[in-house]
Amino acid sequence: MAKKLMKGSEAIAEAAIRNGCRFFFGYPITPQTEIPEYFSERMFEEDVNGCFLQAESEVSAINMVYGAATTGVRAMTSSSSPGISLKQEGISSLCAAELPCVIVNVMRGGPGIGSIQAGQGDYYQAVKGGGHGDYHLIVFAPSSVQEAIDCMGKAFDLADKYRTPAMICADGIIAQMMEPVELPEIRDYKVDPAKKPWAATGYDCKNPVGQRADVTSLYVETEELDVLHERLQGTYKVIEANEVQYEAYNMEKAEIVVTAFGTVARIAKSVIDELEGQGIHVGMLRPITLWPFPYEAVHKAATQPGVKAVLDVEMNAGQMLDDVKIAINGAQKIEFLGHCGSHLPTVEEIKAKILAMKEGM
Amino acid sequence: MLEQCIFAGFGGQGTLLIGKFLACAGLMEGKEVTWLPSYGPEMRGGTANCSVVVSDKPIAAPVISNPSAVIAMNLPSLLKFEHTVQPGGVLIINSSLTDAKSSRDDVKVAYVPATEIAEQVGNPKGANVVILGAYMALRPEVVKVETLIEAMKEELGPRKMKFLDGNVKALHAGMEYVKNHQ
Repeated sequence: MAKKLMKGSEAIAEAAIRNGCRFFFGYPITPQTEIPEYFSERMFEEDVNGCFLQAESEVSAINMVYGAATTGVRAMTSSSSPGISLKQEGISSLCAAELPCVIVNVMRGGPGIGSIQAGQGDYYQAVKGGGHGDYHLIVFAPSSVQEAIDCMGKAFDLADKYRTPAMICADGIIAQMMEPVELPEIRDYKVDPAKKPWAATGYDCKNPVGQRADVTSLYVETEELDVLHERLQGTYKVIEANEVQYEAYNMEKAEIVVTAFGTVARIAKSVIDELEGQGIHVGMLRPITLWPFPYEAVHKAATQPGVKAVLDVEMNAGQMLDDVKIAINGAQKIEFLGHCGSHLPTVEEIKAKILAMKEGM
Repeated sequence: MLEQCIFAGFGGQGTLLIGKFLACAGLMEGKEVTWLPSYGPEMRGGTANCSVVVSDKPIAAPVISNPSAVIAMNLPSLLKFEHTVQPGGVLIINSSLTDAKSSRDDVKVAYVPATEIAEQVGNPKGANVVILGAYMALRPEVVKVETLIEAMKEELGPRKMKFLDGNVKALHAGMEYVKNHQ
C-alpha cells in the first residue's frame, strides 16, 4: 500500500478503527481534539458503523468506556494531561474490574492546566499509577506517527489478552505532526464469548447458560481482594516477562548511551547521527513500552564493553530517570538533561552535554 | 539532501498549507518528510508557522533549530527566524508586507512582492503560493515543480480543484520573479 501523509492524532484514531475499535467516548482538549474530531465523522461511515459520543466530562467518558468494555467490545477514550488526571478514578476501576480498553494521553505541559504544547510530565502518572491501588497499565510511548499506529494495534491486542487497560502516551508533537504512514487493513472485532466468558453479552433468564456476567471493582472482604490481587499481580509478572519493547540505536561502538522516549528520543537521534559523522560514537536505548520498562535492556546497554556513561534526556524533571537508575543499579555513571513543562531539549543542548561528558572521560 | 524549512506568517495567509504542499510533494517523490505546525493560542492575524523536513534518509528530529530555508510572510516572522537560518541557507521575505531588509550577508536573501504578483496573475489570495514558487526557484533540488503541482492537486482535493489553475499561475509567477531578479 502506498504511504499516506497523516497527522498523528488522525492516524491514532484511524488505527483504532482498523483494529476493531467501534466505541469512542471523549471530551475535547488541546492538543488531542483532532482525535475525537476524526472519530466524530469516521465512526458514522458505512464501513465502520460505530459509536462516537462526546461526553459531558472526562469523568463520564472514562466511565462510558468502563460500561462499553464490560460487554467485551473494543472501546477507547483519549485526552490530554489535565483530562487524563480526571480519568484516574475510572482507570483504577477498570484495572480492578479487569476490563480491556485503550486510553490515549496526548501529553502537554503540567502541572495544573499548564501549557498546551507537548510535554512528558505524565510519566509517573502513567507508569507508577495515577489512580489508587496496586495496578499497572501497559504503557506505550511512540516516537513517530507510524509507531503510534503500530502501538494502537498492540495496545488493543494486549489489553484483550491480559484483561487490562493499555495506555498510549504520545505528546503534542506526535499528535500534531504529519508523517508518511502505512495503515493496517481494517478489521471487524466480534466479541467471542469463548474468549471473553466474563463479558456481559446478554443473559437469558428462561434458558440460563453458564453464569451471569458479574463485572465489579468492589471486593469487600480482605480475602476476596487477595484473590483479585493474586490474579492481577500474576498477570503483571507475565506482562513484564513477555511484553517489553524498546529500540536500541547505534549501540555497536557506543561510548555514551542516551536513554530517552517519545519525541525527545528523536531530538537525541539527530544528535547521535551528527556526532557519529564526527567519529563520536553515541548509542541510544529507547523504551517503547514505559511499562513494562526495559530494565534488562537498559542495564545491558549501560554496561556493554566500551560504554563509559549514560545520559538520560527527558522533557520533565527526571521521571524515567528513576527507572533508568533502577535498571543500572549503580553499575554505570548516569547524567541527566531535562526541562519541565513544554520546554523541549534542543539538539544543541544535548550535543553540548554529550561533548562535555566526553571531555571529562 | 536534508532540507529543513520553516514557513512562517500570519494565521490565514496559508503558510501551513504551502508547507503541506512541499511535504506532500516530498512524499510523492519517495522521500522522507515531516510537517510540524506550531500551535498555541493562535488566531486569524496571529503568527502561524510550520516546520517541514524533506530528506533522503529517515528523519530524526521534526523540530528545527537552524533551518536551511525560511519563508517569512510578514515582519514578525522575519524578526523571529532571520537569525536562525543556517549560513549558506535561503531567506525569502514577502516584501509586500514589509520594507525591512535582512542584515544577513551569509545567506541567500530574496525579496518577493508576493501580494502584488498574486494580484497581477489574477489570484489575489495566492501570495502564499507565489512565495512557494520563489522557494522552488531557489531550491530546485528539493522536489520537482511537476511533483509539487501534483501535490497541490492532492491537497486541494476534488472540491477545491477549481483553485488549481490560479495557484499554478501563482507558482510560476513566483518562480519567474526570482529568476528575473537574481
